[in-house]
Amino acid sequence: MFDLLIVAAMLGCAFQAVRGTRLLIAALWLAGASALTAIMMFRLGAPEVAVIELSVGAGLVTVLFVFAINIAGEEPPVTLRSLVPAPLAWIVALCAVGLGAAMALPNLRVESSLVQADKFATVVWEHRSLDILLQVVLIVGGVLAVLGLLAGGRADARKESQ
Amino acid sequence: MMSLSLPLMAAVAVLGLLGIGLLGLLVTRNLIKVVVGMQILVKGALLALLLAGRLSGQVQTGQTLALTVIVADTIVSVVALALAVQVRRQFGTLDLQALSTLRR
Repeated sequence: MFDLLIVAAMLGCAFQAVRGTRLLIAALWLAGASALTAIMMFRLGAPEVAVIELSVGAGLVTVLFVFAINIAGEEPPVTLRSLVPAPLAWIVALCAVGLGAAMALPNLRVESSLVQADKFATVVWEHRSLDILLQVVLIVGGVLAVLGLLAGGRADARKESQ
Repeated sequence: MMSLSLPLMAAVAVLGLLGIGLLGLLVTRNLIKVVVGMQILVKGALLALLLAGRLSGQVQTGQTLALTVIVADTIVSVVALALAVQVRRQFGTLDLQALSTLRR
């Protein structure tokens, strides 16, 4: 019953984040969905990732969203028609969910009796060391990309003022 | 009738998040809302990885893959938000329809 409540609240928050017209409110709904996702991760037996999702997904990313919305400025609520007609978008999304349900739900009853004996740190540092390398490359690349984007914007603004 | 087990609930959450994220990507015209939709999609993928890890008895491998996805998703969000800020400064709008027809 508790899981049902968590899932219902999570999907409600996610839907409100997508449906809302105000960006700041959408960012807050997204933070709520992230926090509830973290609880679901904990329930699935993944406490390490749940903590990271709570701090990064619900914390850092929300701060970044609020920061970006404050700098960019909130646009007036969008009342224009979407690029894809709304009924078509609903049909595509429902078809995707139905297809996923048809493929995934029959396999849920089979739960493996094998239990991985390794600890999380062992798997991360010894078995999946290439993932760590990839993460470092991603972080360095991301920092360089953001610096390049912001520096480019500053140079353009300086040129315009001259 | 299937009982309301944890894997079933997690699967419902995965499918719901993927559907809502896809819907958000399809209907929005705002650049920042595109990032919101993408974040919701990625949350569905994260839960799917953890669920698959649990069902196959490899919870720690699922956690490790989820950690990599969280890092990649955060970097993508940061770059996309920086891009949105620059687009707003340069063109004065975040509307995707207007951006696709605008010329500087």
